[in-house]
Amino acid sequence: MSLKVKSLKELAAAPQWLTPGHRMCAGCGAPVAVRQVLAAAPGRVVVGCATGCLEVATTIYPYTAWRCSFIHSAFENTAATMSGVEAAYRSLRRQGRVEADFVFVAVGGDGGTYDIGLQSLSGMLERGHRVVYVCYDNGAYMNTGVQRSSATPKGADTTTCPAGEASPGKRQPRKDLLAVASAHGIPYAAQAAPSHWRDLVRKAEKAFRAEGPAFLNILAPCPRGWRYDTAQTIELTRLAVETCFWPLVEVEEGRWSITFRPKKKKPLLDFLKPQGRFRHLFEGQNLKMIEEMQREVDENWRRLEALEHLTAPAEGVG
Amino acid sequence: MGEGVGPRTAETAEGRDRAAQESAPDAAAPAASALPLPAGFRRARRKRTALTGNEAVALAMRQVEPDVVAAYPITPQTDIVQFFASFVADGRVKTEFVTVESEHSAMSAVVGASAAGARAMTATSANGLALMWEVLYIASGSRLPIVMPVVNRALSAPINIHCDHSDAMGARDSGWVQLWSEDAQEAYDNVIQAVRIAEDPRVLLPVMVCYDGFIISHALLNLEVLTDEEVKEFVGTYRPDRSLLDPDRPVTVGPLDLYDFYFEHKRQQAEAMAAARAVIPEVAAAYAALTGRSYGMMETYRLADAKAAVVVLGSAAGTARFVVDRLRREGRKAGLLKLRVFRPFPACEMADALRGLHAVAVMDRCDGFSAAGGPVFNEVRSALYGLHGERPDAARRPQGRAPNGPPLVVNVVYGLGGRDVDPGDVEAVFDLLFRHIEGEEPRGEDGAGVLSRSLRPSPNTEVHYLGVRE
Repeated sequence: MSLKVKSLKELAAAPQWLTPGHRMCAGCGAPVAVRQVLAAAPGRVVVGCATGCLEVATTIYPYTAWRCSFIHSAFENTAATMSGVEAAYRSLRRQGRVEADFVFVAVGGDGGTYDIGLQSLSGMLERGHRVVYVCYDNGAYMNTGVQRSSATPKGADTTTCPAGEASPGKRQPRKDLLAVASAHGIPYAAQAAPSHWRDLVRKAEKAFRAEGPAFLNILAPCPRGWRYDTAQTIELTRLAVETCFWPLVEVEEGRWSITFRPKKKKPLLDFLKPQGRFRHLFEGQNLKMIEEMQREVDENWRRLEALEHLTAPAEGVG
Repeated sequence: MGEGVGPRTAETAEGRDRAAQESAPDAAAPAASALPLPAGFRRARRKRTALTGNEAVALAMRQVEPDVVAAYPITPQTDIVQFFASFVADGRVKTEFVTVESEHSAMSAVVGASAAGARAMTATSANGLALMWEVLYIASGSRLPIVMPVVNRALSAPINIHCDHSDAMGARDSGWVQLWSEDAQEAYDNVIQAVRIAEDPRVLLPVMVCYDGFIISHALLNLEVLTDEEVKEFVGTYRPDRSLLDPDRPVTVGPLDLYDFYFEHKRQQAEAMAAARAVIPEVAAAYAALTGRSYGMMETYRLADAKAAVVVLGSAAGTARFVVDRLRREGRKAGLLKLRVFRPFPACEMADALRGLHAVAVMDRCDGFSAAGGPVFNEVRSALYGLHGERPDAARRPQGRAPNGPPLVVNVVYGLGGRDVDPGDVEAVFDLLFRHIEGEEPRGEDGAGVLSRSLRPSPNTEVHYLGVRE
């Protein structure tokens, strides 16, 4: 498949549906992720957004940072709301009352997607609405002040799973939402990171082309929640990919593929070290937690390779 | 509704004649009487069809043919979803039918569809409405003219699938217009009128059409229906000013609205609900011209010279009308006020209609658990206090009316969880009122009388529980 957006220059020249001047924090990964996705949109877009940072910081009445139509309804229902928008489009198109082409994007953070919005996401995927669902995963409820979500990595210090004398921070591993989404049998699901923008835009293009629902899970660092210097956002997502903490994968019609293999896999420590939310892990008996987390990252990579092998089209047949 | 309990529906023509005879004495309370028919009006003769309430409402939905319907089944609303799915499967409607995974998503999907410029409908009951609660406010606050039949059912816990009004009463402050229906005919008529009320540019608010679970939803009634063409012409095509799918004018719906604008938007919403007071009768007049069936904000029945009356909404109005006739034959001055529109609340009309009475019982098929009476009771009594800037003034009252201030108002909580209310129960309510007025002893077969059999005063003596055991 040929890439529509081939260079950074072309990426910068793509239609800016989300304009600068919004009030997201410096260094926030979410608008970067959303702008890279929308750069791949083939035409007019309607964006739906769950309650969260992106929504509250881009639509402060009477201003809006959106050049396309935008709808926010509530926290847990952006997939259901966009199901209705897409159903209206199909109905009005069929009646000749809407003639323009539109594509539909639903956006939620990990809170609105992994947790409170999981049911409506599942409904939208199962019913087959032609909507690209984008999760910007920053690993906690950042809008309300860094509370844990089911996307929070093991060992992270948040305000509802704080590290303390008796706790190493979050004890549970992250939910594998890519596997959950792809288990709906949707045509396209992928995981991406803004540092690898070519890979991300290519995945977004595939998502827009899919004849049905598509799901994109995008790593979006939060300087406040992860506690790092705002200039390091892209570098951190690169480290997440190169340590295999955040593998770049896609699931196309049920076939799993790893879309980026680090030449030299870096130790997980390199990703954890710059972040204040993991600082407590480097003290005393918490160090063994890092070993545990490294084992889980390695195990997950082996699982992805096995899935890739298992779901690959049979060779030499036909 | 048992046989003979709903004389208006069983003998429509006679009922209407009675209403016509009533219109002269009721001229003293102009706003309360049914709307006059337009000049040159002639009652249409239509074929009657036997339908359940749910069949009638599903038929109205098919005839309206919304662009999008998103719904989730729940007893006793389930029929509607099934019927509508069949209309879609048989190619009888062009509607996009979204089989959502919950009522929360049903309301969310119709919010999205309506914002996208589609005419959108859903339907629900009880816990389904409760699950929608968050999104009800988003529909009204975003000024989306969604229409939703609500088949009234008790709320859990304990779980109970039968009729009461706790579900819709819980949503009374959600910014939705609420139309209530006495029978399947009125439910059908209300659904069609609701579309025009909701979409009127002066209103642009969502509308609930409430009707009693099982009592109306599952009972057969012979009713008059319009042709598909008549309905389509009556509701017209929805052409919103703004839509997500307008390629030339993108719009942001549901923005963050802080202390500098939120209050103004809520004020506009309140004004829209007030504007519905004028729009609802206009739509009713247009509907009367088409069908001969005339609806106001409320209906008064033999109220003009009544001393005692009940205020009721839903199917119990038919039972109450039957009892009023029986008491009138005995020479007792009984009357009925049936509330059709609960939101916007017709406070002025209510006060005008009730101001001359001696005693009024407001019947609530819902206990608001305020420990001070049900929701309809509190609103009716409030409407009677100090309205139009005037104090209750005996000198302004017509001769022979209540001499000492506004009528005594008591609350009767009844029918929770589908507990049947029969004519004897309503008679017990009137007995209570006449006892208050005349100091009479309650009538009854035994020494204790009907009253003590079925009316239980609560610790707050204004609130009585009808037909409940100790």
